[in-house]
This record gives sequence, structure tokens and C-alpha cells, in this order.
Amino acid sequence: MALRVNGSHSINRLRSVMDRLFDSAFEGYPQLTRDVWFAPTFPAVNVWEDTDNVYAEAELPGLKLDDIELLVMGDELTIKGERKDVCEDEVSYHRKERDAGYFNRVFRLPVGVDAEKVEATLRDGVLTVTMPKADEAKPRKIEVKTFPK
Amino acid sequence: MTTMAIEKPAEREIARTELTWNRPQFRPNVDIVERPDELTVLADMPGTSAEDVNIQFENGTLTLHGKVKDRDPQETGCVLQEYGVGDFHRTFQVSEIIDTARISAEYEDGVLILHLPKTEAVKPRKIAVKTD
Repeated sequence: MALRVNGSHSINRLRSVMDRLFDSAFEGYPQLTRDVWFAPTFPAVNVWEDTDNVYAEAELPGLKLDDIELLVMGDELTIKGERKDVCEDEVSYHRKERDAGYFNRVFRLPVGVDAEKVEATLRDGVLTVTMPKADEAKPRKIEVKTFPK
Repeated sequence: MTTMAIEKPAEREIARTELTWNRPQFRPNVDIVERPDELTVLADMPGTSAEDVNIQFENGTLTLHGKVKDRDPQETGCVLQEYGVGDFHRTFQVSEIIDTARISAEYEDGVLILHLPKTEAVKPRKIAVKTD
């Protein structure tokens, strides 16, 4: 599901909060498989921007870079992969709070980014993606010429 | 519907015991697995490091604490914020069957793996049946 978020306007924040609320309301249906429950809200992602780049950060503990697939196209960022259960089958669980399964999230970024220059690092379970803004998206100062009298 | 269906994986519970610093604290998600010779605890604690994890055992209470350095960007525009960054904290009551002198831990890729070996007396022991 693509989330359209547009920075500072509070009405857009309300909309993204409502989107997530509806996503989670449908999570509880028993007919859906566990993987579908897992899909809309893992991983939690923070996105921020400055004048040159858009940054995305997600917490993906227990995953290595090979388990994650990152796709960038225009103004869309996709983070997907699979988190596997590390334990063998013949153990008994006292608690199981860490979910496992496939995840796939798509984000619509505030501006288009240059897919060639995207960099991503994964360290201690934190994925940081740095996406330089496409040149057309950077603010350009326009000179105002005056007519000679 | 069981309670597990309602829990959202992205939400984090605030830790119950508070520290004196006024930092946000979260309760890490934990898997506790029982194996024949030990209890294994796996805790999701991304963003900390092996040196910043503090494990204490006192009077049957096991406390896990992970210090997380601030990653929140300053002076940039926030587009989407779905989680906060803060320390991890959780405590457990450990039963007497654990051999506390041999507790060990590793930290890799944001997951803390804690090994709580069982005392010799409770390990399942196979008894050979002799025949005459």
C-alpha cells in the first residue's frame, strides 16, 4: 500500500494515521494468513528530508543485507524481504513476540530521487537509506531581470 | 480472536520501571525458547551495541537494558515518523532451575541472544536399560 505523505501539513499526518488505523483494523481477521497480518506495519519506518536528500530509516533486527530488497523508482521506495524464525522446530516457546514472515512496504516520497545514487547501510539491525533528490526536484533560484527604462 | 491478532508489530510498549534520565524507553519484543539444556532468550534491540547492553542478575530477577544513541535527525524536515528511538529495558523473574553462573549473551544484527543454562539436576537424562 502506498502512503502519500507530504511533510508538515497536519491534515496529511491525520490521513496517514487513519490509513494505519484501518490497516490494523483489518489485521485481526482469522481467515487471513499470518503473513498478510504482518505485511502492512512491519517494519516501522521513519522518513525525513533536508535540502539535498531524502532519508528513510527502518528497524530490522535479525536481518542481514541479503534478506532485504530495496527498490527505488522515481518517487517510490519499496522495502521488502523475509524475516525467518531462527529456531528449529522441536523447541517449545515460553513466549513468542518477535514475528517472522514476509514484509513489503511501499512509500511515496515527497520528491523524486535519483535512483542511481541511493545508498543504504544496515548496522545493528537499523537500515538507513540515503536518497539524493533528483535535480529537477531541488529548488532552483530564478533570477528576476528588470527591463531597462 | 486471540490477543496476538490485535497486537500491532510496529507498536512498542513503554518500559515499566523508569530510569532517572528522562529518555524514552521501550520494551523489546522477546522470544523465550526452551531447549533441553538451556533457556534461550532472543530480544529485538536494534541500534545498540555489545558494549552498551547491560545485563544484570540479582535475586532471581534478570534485567536487560540496552542504551541506544540518539539517531533522530536534527534540523531536517520530518516526512513520516512511525517509531521513536530510545533505550530498551525489560525485566524477568528467573526460576531456580537456571545455573546463574553460566549465563552468557551475544549481540548480533540488533538481536540480543541470552543463554540461560539449566542446572544439571533438571536436564533430561537418558537412562540406559540394562538387560541380563
